[in-house]
Amino acid sequence: MTNIPETGRNPRVQIRLVVIQVLVLSLLLTLGGRLWYLQIREGAAYAKEASGNHVQQVVEPAVRGSILDARGVALADNETRLVVSASRTDLLKMKDDGKEVLTKLAKVLGMTPKEVQEKVRLCDAKTPQPCWNGSPYQPIPITDEATPKQALQIRERAEDFPGITAEPEAVRRYPSPGKANTAQVLGYLSPVTDEEIKKAQNTNSPYLRSDQVGRSGLERQYDKALRGKAGVTRYEVDNLGRVIGQAEADPAHPGDNLVTSIDSRVQRIAEYQLNEAMKEARKQHDRNTGTNYKADSGAVVVMEAKTGRVVAMASNPTYDPNAWVGGISAKDYTRLTGKSSNYPLLNRAIQGQSAPGSIFKVIPTAAAVNAGYSFNGPYNCSSSYSIGGQVFKNFESQSHGAISLGRALEVSCDTVFYALSHEEWKRDGGTKPKKNANDWFYKTAHQFGLGKETGIDLPNEVTGRVPDRKWKLDYWKANKDVWCRTGKRNGSYAEKIAYENCLEGNRLRAGDSVNYSIGQGDTLVTPIQMATIYSAISNGGTLYNPSVGKAVISADGKTVTPIKPESHGKLPMTQKTRDEIDEALAGVATRGTAAWRFGGWPQDKIPMHAKTGTAEVYGKQTTSWFATYTKDYSIVMTISQGGTGSGASGPAVRNIYNALYGVSEDGDIDSKKALLPAPQKALPKVKTDGTIASPKVSKDPAKDQQAKKKDPNAPDPLQPATAAPPTPENRDTRRRRRRGSRRCLA
Amino acid sequence: MTGGVNSFQVSGYGPERSGWTRLLARDSVVRRLDWPILLSATVLSLLGTLLVYSATRNRTELNQGDPYYFLVRHLLNTGIGLALMAGTVWLGHRALRTAVPVLYGFSVLLILLVLTPLGSTINGAHSWIKLPGGFSLQPSEFVKVTIILGMAMLLAARVDAGDKQYPDHRTVVQALGLAAVPMLIVMLMPDLGSVMVMVIIVLGVLLASGASNRWVFGLLGAGTLGAVTVWQLGVLDDYQIARFAAFANPALDPAGVGYNTNQARIAIGSGGLTGSGLFHGSQTTGQFVPEQQTDFVFTVAGEELGFLGGGLIILLLGIVLWRACRIARETTDLYGTIVAAGIVAWFAFQTFENVGMTLGIMPVTGLPLPFVSYGGSSMFAVWIAVGLLQSIRVQRPMSA
Repeated sequence: MTNIPETGRNPRVQIRLVVIQVLVLSLLLTLGGRLWYLQIREGAAYAKEASGNHVQQVVEPAVRGSILDARGVALADNETRLVVSASRTDLLKMKDDGKEVLTKLAKVLGMTPKEVQEKVRLCDAKTPQPCWNGSPYQPIPITDEATPKQALQIRERAEDFPGITAEPEAVRRYPSPGKANTAQVLGYLSPVTDEEIKKAQNTNSPYLRSDQVGRSGLERQYDKALRGKAGVTRYEVDNLGRVIGQAEADPAHPGDNLVTSIDSRVQRIAEYQLNEAMKEARKQHDRNTGTNYKADSGAVVVMEAKTGRVVAMASNPTYDPNAWVGGISAKDYTRLTGKSSNYPLLNRAIQGQSAPGSIFKVIPTAAAVNAGYSFNGPYNCSSSYSIGGQVFKNFESQSHGAISLGRALEVSCDTVFYALSHEEWKRDGGTKPKKNANDWFYKTAHQFGLGKETGIDLPNEVTGRVPDRKWKLDYWKANKDVWCRTGKRNGSYAEKIAYENCLEGNRLRAGDSVNYSIGQGDTLVTPIQMATIYSAISNGGTLYNPSVGKAVISADGKTVTPIKPESHGKLPMTQKTRDEIDEALAGVATRGTAAWRFGGWPQDKIPMHAKTGTAEVYGKQTTSWFATYTKDYSIVMTISQGGTGSGASGPAVRNIYNALYGVSEDGDIDSKKALLPAPQKALPKVKTDGTIASPKVSKDPAKDQQAKKKDPNAPDPLQPATAAPPTPENRDTRRRRRRGSRRCLA
Repeated sequence: MTGGVNSFQVSGYGPERSGWTRLLARDSVVRRLDWPILLSATVLSLLGTLLVYSATRNRTELNQGDPYYFLVRHLLNTGIGLALMAGTVWLGHRALRTAVPVLYGFSVLLILLVLTPLGSTINGAHSWIKLPGGFSLQPSEFVKVTIILGMAMLLAARVDAGDKQYPDHRTVVQALGLAAVPMLIVMLMPDLGSVMVMVIIVLGVLLASGASNRWVFGLLGAGTLGAVTVWQLGVLDDYQIARFAAFANPALDPAGVGYNTNQARIAIGSGGLTGSGLFHGSQTTGQFVPEQQTDFVFTVAGEELGFLGGGLIILLLGIVLWRACRIARETTDLYGTIVAAGIVAWFAFQTFENVGMTLGIMPVTGLPLPFVSYGGSSMFAVWIAVGLLQSIRVQRPMSA
């Protein structure tokens, strides 16, 4: 062929073609090398980045465990509410971002479309409430108060409501069985904070933004057990957040149930009686202030003496714990925490502290015996006791002559304890204490567990205070600047006290030791501490850590973890001294200061022991204290600004005992009416499906008890003052404030 | 000697033999086709079908509710591409030589049409003509072919006629002018990626034509100078500058201009050796990589088929390029050599640029991966190019 010359094969072209070929080869090798580098060498890092790109967690909340009383009655459980929720991911897949569906939904729910849309929008810096601040992959609740009819409409027309669900959901409920409120013991839940979410983020139980956390009481103490473990489902999502697959799912584990030692019936009666006692006290005239008693707050503890378990614990003022469910309203919050609220959230049984007055006297009694004084004495119960020019009077300036310590407890003779405490104070060196001062009276108080928490399984218990030398010094150091600045030698009473304190507040003075010996002065105790101490006297000397929780039972009922009673020591007394004190306290109930409250009590069948106390607080009305025990229970009640120990608290405590043992006013025991003649030992029965059997609860045990008493033969328990008016012989111990005398000391 | 034209006409379409025998005869067209190229290109197209399907089956906003929308169309494009190749082989590149002026003029007319209101903009490039039936045409793809053919025709004319050993300066200037006209128009669209490909094609063509070194290096220098000038004068759109900036520093704005490169690299990197399996790539199913069925189709292969799959695509394209280089070297006429070399330059650069940008070693430009990327115009153009390569091989004299 001639028309196709062979010029294509000339060397320059040939060389250049080879160059092209080499160039092409090197480009391809570059690609291959780079591909190897990305996929093989750095592959793991990119795989990790890719997985972070497209996985979203959806947390399914665990059903919170119930809190049950000793018989299985629910004090806190969950109620099923119909919650209508919208899935944002589904809505966003629609052409109009779900606007049409939401409008339809608003019509069904009786809301405006705007309301519904606002509920579904996500919170950000520019979006004001209402908005959803949880995970966008979480179904967003629109209402938790849907009626069954609305829910049915939505569910039956599912094709009209894509992405909308109407599901029953568990919401916390405090059912108050038999009107037993138990508010402060149960505590409450409130929404989780950002910090808590962050903290729990990488644990095996992350919080939901919508989660509730126990904030006080048992809800807080046992939060971890009650909360269970939230289920986590990891979804793969695309770049717009649309779910394209499910990666892995951990199912939710419902929370454990907590069985407490509370008996809801006794709890109700304790709450009712405390409230009645306070109402009654407010009708009583206070001679000292010239007004009626204010009875502004009070608490009562019913404890199993042999275990320290709390059968009932009431604090007044109180509140409805359901106020917290579903988020507390601003109004309710102010009502519960505002300045004028009188702080109903406080559990005054463990968080209220005040001077114990004469119920403290068992401690100086034991202290005196330990210091080497004879129990039998005799000791002179004079009408007054003087130190220097300062005169400390006995209650109503009574005098009982030479008596034993036991009799001193019975009649609550102050001067006997003044003398003993003052003598020990002098022995320890007075205002210039010896190096190895025995400080028997203070040491004993510490050994009784005062000045520190009892270790009850409730949060934020307060310690009370033993005003010993160390405390005096610390307190002086902390306050001397203020005292020395405000104190005036010839000023008002408060200014004079400040002046005194500035000069010598660092030292334990004779007057301090005298006041301390009868539970006055700077001494502070909590009702739970006193219940623990009187239980210990009852049970032979063991100081149990009070407990409310009795057992933790898993949701399936298969794992039962009992909470065993634990002790934090023994009372510092011999068995003999305990028996002597025990006898004296029985004497208080039969012939001493509390006898008028236990008229007709079947002492031979159910030996009752009691001690009354009326503590003075500067600038306030007297605090009523009443500490009692039988072989099984101890009950301690206190009413702030309530009057005398037996006067204000006596009838209420008697009524609680009546209910426990089925005792009528005239002393008959009807075991059928007895709510709890012996402490409930067994745990409630767990059914095979994991639920816990619970007995029927009467509508209001307190009303039942009253109905019993409406028996025409029985005296009206609500009018105890008229039934047995106080007489000078068996009235409460009560002291005048040593105002004048104090001045002399200065 | 037996010329290519003669043997083609006689042995291929001679009336004296029956169908199968004719097809399978030792010197038949079918036997003389470059099978490695044909097979590689077919496998690439079919592989592309799967990858395009994987990338689009969930993209309801693109596939109009039909997950197979892109799969069917890619297959259809491949079929049309194969037909175009067969047609090209049947016509023969030399026969086409006479039609080159017409083809060239037609293609320039088409790209001019793009500049009229008939043209439409996709992804910032005003380089499309919308056709009825949801189809659209990207004429710049065909211009790549006509530039190669046109320049080859001019440069080879006097050499193939035996007048000269190498194309003279005048011819080179004419050839450059021929290429410059459509390039300027494409630059106005602006479709910078295509312009870059055309520059490389011109370079490849000049190299293969045997034009003097001065032209080659001069053009390289002019190209560099031009690029700098374009940059300095601000002819580029903001999005183009941003792409280059993102290339220089991919961490610059991971949610903005750096998003494509970043997500593409994550997709490929997470593939590992064997990939997550077809249709199982989380980056792909999650639609994290934009333009994944077209410019970023390689990321689907990287993620779901891993290093083996991605490597296979590079290998198959390598086979095509390697065979094309051999065809360029083995053909006897300069015209065929230049055409083959131009196609090599075109395919090589487009492969390197496309895969390179997904791997983060090249800036992002809107160039399809030959055979694999979804897109009719591109598919037709590359198959026509394969047809030209086959024709050159079929029509070269049988080696003795």
